[in-house]
Amino acid sequence: MNAVSIADLHKAFGDAAVLRGLNLEIAPGSLTAILGPSGSGKTTLLRVIAGLERADRGRVSLAGEVVDDGRRFVRPERRRVGYVPQEASLFPHLTVAQNVGFGISRALRRGDRVAGLVAMVGLAGLERRYPHQLSGGQQQRVALARALAIEPQLLLLDEPFSALDPSLRASVREEVRGILAETGITTALVTHDQEEALSVADQVAVLRDGQVAQLGTPRQLYSDPVDLAMARFLGDANLVPGTVEGELVRTPLGLLPVGRPGPVARPSSGRVVVMLRPEQIAISSASAAGAPGRVLHSEFHGHDSVVEVASATSLLQGVIRVRVQGPANVEPEMLVSLSASGEARVWPIPAE
Amino acid sequence: MATLASDLSPVVAVRARRRTPRALLVVSCLVALLLLLPLAFLLLEARQVGWSQLSSLLFRQLTMTLLGNLVQLAVVVTALAATIGTGAAWCVERTDLPFRRTLAMLLVLPLAIPDFVVAFGWVSVLPAVSGYGGAVLVMTSGLYPLVYLPVSASLRGADPSQEETARTLGLGPWQAFWRVTLRQVRPTILAGCLLVSLALLAEYGAFEILGYQTFTTEIFTEFQVGFNTPAACALSLVVVLIGLLILAGEGSLRDRGRVARAAHNSRRSISRRRLGRWRWPAVGAIGGVIASALGMPLGVIAYWLVRGGSSTLPQSATVASAVAHTVLYGAAAAAIATVLAVPVALLAARSSLPGVRLLERSTYVVQGLPGLVIALALVFFALHYLPGVYQTSGLLIGAYSILFFPLAYVAVRASALQAPLALEEVARSLGNRPLMVRWRVTLPLIAPGLAAAFCLVFLSAVTELTATLILVPTGVQTLATQFWAFTGNVSYGAAAPYAAAMVAISVLPGILLGRWFDRRPTGTGEHS
Repeated sequence: MNAVSIADLHKAFGDAAVLRGLNLEIAPGSLTAILGPSGSGKTTLLRVIAGLERADRGRVSLAGEVVDDGRRFVRPERRRVGYVPQEASLFPHLTVAQNVGFGISRALRRGDRVAGLVAMVGLAGLERRYPHQLSGGQQQRVALARALAIEPQLLLLDEPFSALDPSLRASVREEVRGILAETGITTALVTHDQEEALSVADQVAVLRDGQVAQLGTPRQLYSDPVDLAMARFLGDANLVPGTVEGELVRTPLGLLPVGRPGPVARPSSGRVVVMLRPEQIAISSASAAGAPGRVLHSEFHGHDSVVEVASATSLLQGVIRVRVQGPANVEPEMLVSLSASGEARVWPIPAE
Repeated sequence: MATLASDLSPVVAVRARRRTPRALLVVSCLVALLLLLPLAFLLLEARQVGWSQLSSLLFRQLTMTLLGNLVQLAVVVTALAATIGTGAAWCVERTDLPFRRTLAMLLVLPLAIPDFVVAFGWVSVLPAVSGYGGAVLVMTSGLYPLVYLPVSASLRGADPSQEETARTLGLGPWQAFWRVTLRQVRPTILAGCLLVSLALLAEYGAFEILGYQTFTTEIFTEFQVGFNTPAACALSLVVVLIGLLILAGEGSLRDRGRVARAAHNSRRSISRRRLGRWRWPAVGAIGGVIASALGMPLGVIAYWLVRGGSSTLPQSATVASAVAHTVLYGAAAAAIATVLAVPVALLAARSSLPGVRLLERSTYVVQGLPGLVIALALVFFALHYLPGVYQTSGLLIGAYSILFFPLAYVAVRASALQAPLALEEVARSLGNRPLMVRWRVTLPLIAPGLAAAFCLVFLSAVTELTATLILVPTGVQTLATQFWAFTGNVSYGAAAPYAAAMVAISVLPGILLGRWFDRRPTGTGEHS
């Protein structure tokens, strides 16, 4: 039985449909990232699960119990769903300890539960502070402890790190992930940051047009996107033309095996669009075999470099992006040759 | 291949529109209806009087005279109040004026002293202060804080870097002041001026003491002395019309009155302009204003207290009993007005429905109605339909609650922003039922605003004279009415203790209020 089970969920605000027949399953104890551009309905989905919005149609179940199906509606205070909104939303008139203890009984508040949670999120000693005396990262951790205090069956985090300083974001993210792993609570995290989704989650649900366009592990999403748009949404993608020949696809960058069948059927013959990730492509001197290109520029990131190469073979503005380990030994205007390796993903050529 | 270059299919950005809570909406509508009752009663009365009689009462020389009196007073007092209020605010907020903290506090305090007491202060020792000149002096002294308060708050909140940028663009210090600073606060000044005009329209006691004839003195005479209800009603209609016109002007400014605020994290102290040899003249000028508005009435009250004096009038209420009634009525009205303001303020802060804006606007209408008109409207209604409630304390408290609702609303509305819906939602997901959430989250967060609202209404009710004179229950005297009875009889010594008690009761809330206004511009950013 799944921790969250959503079937055919619809939600509109006035004339604007936000969720249109969304289906989603979340396994107990997992961390699911809900990823999508802003306005794709991520927050609305979270609020429906928390009971802060009512579904227009469809069914939402938590641990097998139907909490919203258009007729039956379990009120938010009875769902035991911990909700951490985007801006932490600490109660400004309460101290850290009072905030954390807000959702539990008076008797429990007197025990050591609150102190334990405050220590767990690394804020021991700050129990008597007020929210405005805390940094953004500290506020976020108090909000997390406050939600964990009620021992929720499900934890919902709405863009929990977006308000943080970029330099702080990664470290707070890791800490929170550690805390969640420790407690083993099923968690759904909304984000528009794909790097965050890929690095932190067990599974990622990509929202598009009010539906889950793809659900899978971060690896699956990256290596096996369901369609071209998804390929371009998650990570860098190079697109080149190709021709399928049985198990292989012939591309200007070489003959490559076609990836194993994913969630959707692959064309087995004819002209196709081929996706190659930047790390699948190698740069060699112009005399070597492969597609000719001209280096535009390279960005050095320390652990790797990304080189942009002008190439007539690319279907995306005539540019191929190549990722190489360490510094790239290329100069702008240098003529090079591009070749690819590994499995290629192919799709039929989209209709005009 | 054009479709390849297109991104993920475009999504419509939809902000989750909040559902408007129905219970809040229903209660708010009832509050708005209650507030509009006096206007309805007045129109009902006008219908009974009939148009032919009304028009003959309206279109006569007297109306023109009263209008002329009002306009020539309003023009001069408004201009003076704007100059004094803005000048003092600038000196206190933007220059190295000596003693500016003390002066800032003293400049607000005249709000706690009713204008009829200021008038008493001047007239009882200098009978020459009367008529037009006296009215200008007294009303300017009493009303300049209505400009000073908002302008100083606005100057404090305004981004000083704009003025600095102007300087780097080659403007001299005075040019920068005229072209940037003054322009920043101009909507605030104008809004303050309209408040001054409204106060002039509504004032009765001071004009009666000074012997300056305006609409209110005339309406009062027609009603109380001549028992001429149709005439009082006709003139009230004119006053309401003028009041609503002024209010409409203020409303249109309100939307433009927002000054670009400095971002909270970039706040820094303003470099103050050095006054140089103008330091002491500036202190002198501001001191003069304070002396006229605060020192004169307080000094004169003290003088009469010491000198004492008997009165031929029988004292119908001891100071203690007058204090008791005044406090009781004031506190009851303050509590009611504050409670009435809460649903409307929460609704306005949280709902984006266009109807809610209209509802909120309709509660502003009360601001355009002078206390005299509200009291008369209630009397008209009571006499015709509910004779039992006429001259009961309930009617007086009801009149106060309606009259001072806008004051309570301003304070509660500001604090409603401190209690965003998100906090209530979090509280619910933490297992609290809606009523529990109101108690544990919403109430503590808006409590400072409720306290401010209570103080504002209480302070105003304690010093209210006009509506009290009309509606006070038979056999009861409040501080204001007993003071009025004695001054009317030129028994200044006997009147002084009542004025002293009034000032004493209203000064403490006055100071609290000053504090609250002080923190308002920065208050919203405190908890983030």
